Amino acid sequence: MFDFVKTVLIALPKGFYTTFKHLFKKPVTLQYPKEKMPMAPRYRGLHYLEKYEDGSERCVCCGLCASACPADAIYMEPAENEKGERYSEVYEINLLRCIYCGFCEEACPEEAIFLGHEYEFSNDSRDAFIYTKGQMLANRPTKEKPFKKIIRKVRRIF
Amino acid sequence: MSTVTFLIVSAVKVTVIVTVVLMGVAWATWLERKLLGRFQHRIGPNMAGPYGLLQPIADAIKLIFKEDIVPDKAEKITYALAPIISFIPALLSFAVVPVSDTLTIFGQKIDMVISDLNIGILFVFAVTSLGVYGMVLAGWSSGSKYSLLGGIRSSAQMISYEVSYGLSIIGVILLANTLSMVELVEQQDSFFNWFIFRQPLGFVLFVICAVAETNRSPFDLPEAESELVAGYLTEYSSMRYSLFFMAEYANMIAVSSVATTIFLGGWQGPILPPFLWFVIKVFFFMCFYIWIRATLPRLRYDMLMNFGWKVLFPLALANVMVTAFLQRL
Ligand code: SF4
Ligand code: SF4
Repeated sequence: MFDFVKTVLIALPKGFYTTFKHLFKKPVTLQYPKEKMPMAPRYRGLHYLEKYEDGSERCVCCGLCASACPADAIYMEPAENEKGERYSEVYEINLLRCIYCGFCEEACPEEAIFLGHEYEFSNDSRDAFIYTKGQMLANRPTKEKPFKKIIRKVRRIF
Repeated sequence: MSTVTFLIVSAVKVTVIVTVVLMGVAWATWLERKLLGRFQHRIGPNMAGPYGLLQPIADAIKLIFKEDIVPDKAEKITYALAPIISFIPALLSFAVVPVSDTLTIFGQKIDMVISDLNIGILFVFAVTSLGVYGMVLAGWSSGSKYSLLGGIRSSAQMISYEVSYGLSIIGVILLANTLSMVELVEQQDSFFNWFIFRQPLGFVLFVICAVAETNRSPFDLPEAESELVAGYLTEYSSMRYSLFFMAEYANMIAVSSVATTIFLGGWQGPILPPFLWFVIKVFFFMCFYIWIRATLPRLRYDMLMNFGWKVLFPLALANVMVTAFLQRL
């Protein structure tokens, strides 16, 4: 009986006061397609392939990313250009297999592949998720990932 | 007043009140979603029109175009009738609610109430209790276990709350010596004459029972999304489904209007026109409903029963007795 009275006289008004307080707080809703969350710098989204300053590709088709890939998502075919440098003729990532772990980025000795910040790439056909080299090169962000320099420094140590 | 004028005036009153109530129902859904959103740090509907104000229209159009599915195992006739049975009583109770003072138009005195029954309160209580048949029949005729459970719950809940619901206003009736809604409002002519101050316990009991009566959270056991899918309206779709929802909101508005009339002085109030006062009070009550929903979690079934019979019922009885005793002195 005492408990009941306590509930009615103390707990109930307290509860009502709590919700009332929250009525005047600013909503936390993000109007998604219009506004977007700022991504963390290390966010792992859609991949892109990096180029040298002179515009040639960094990737030498060594296959380390493919062997590091736990999801077996990367497929490549090597070729040589007229200067005798290896490059990848075909370089595909199956985005439906990929788990966005970032191991490829870590394995790459040439700092060629990176995971970008893009995450809106839904599509309605499965074929569209085979992500080709051309797309990956085109996907390079104009701004460098802020921590890329750090990655390079760390790589030089090991 | 001649018969013809009476008919015309009544027809106009009925049309206006039904239209206003239906509009109210539509925008009550908007109000609920908006307020509930703000209670939970969300925005609520904001895409359709300014502040999402056109959302009810969008919803209505969507619901009308949905396919009307009737389950194979359903009792077809009862299944079709149930939404109507729950919707009509919700509207009926507005017949005796005075929304404003007597107006004089073209030299005719017009009561701003569809019908000033001398047993107005009884009529309201009789009619609102009818609504539960809609739920019970819906639950029973859908041929689904969740619906059946929801229907049974609603009837059990109704039985345990109807008693205290009725008793909670006996105190007011004892004080006022009338059953007519119009006279009740006239008796609450000054602020401290409102029955909420003369019958505070009665008011609290009335509000609690009213929430239970309209099957709103925390007494929304017949619907209980987390246990019974959607309770008695699990199998419904399209317009029939929306009829149930309209019934729920119409009931909320009806109960708010009745509470306003009985306890909060109806249309009485200073400066502003009486009708506006009535709307403001009803609005306040609707917000309170939503506030309750945002605050209290659903009661467990046995708690609900315990609360109804062991707490509300004795309190209501005690209230009646004390009031009767004081009145006698
Ligand atoms: S992110 Fe992980 S799963 Fe995706 S391609 Fe790179 S290594 Fe494979
Ligand atoms: S992306 Fe890097 S790891 Fe993968 S094949 Fe090219 S150079 Fe090798």
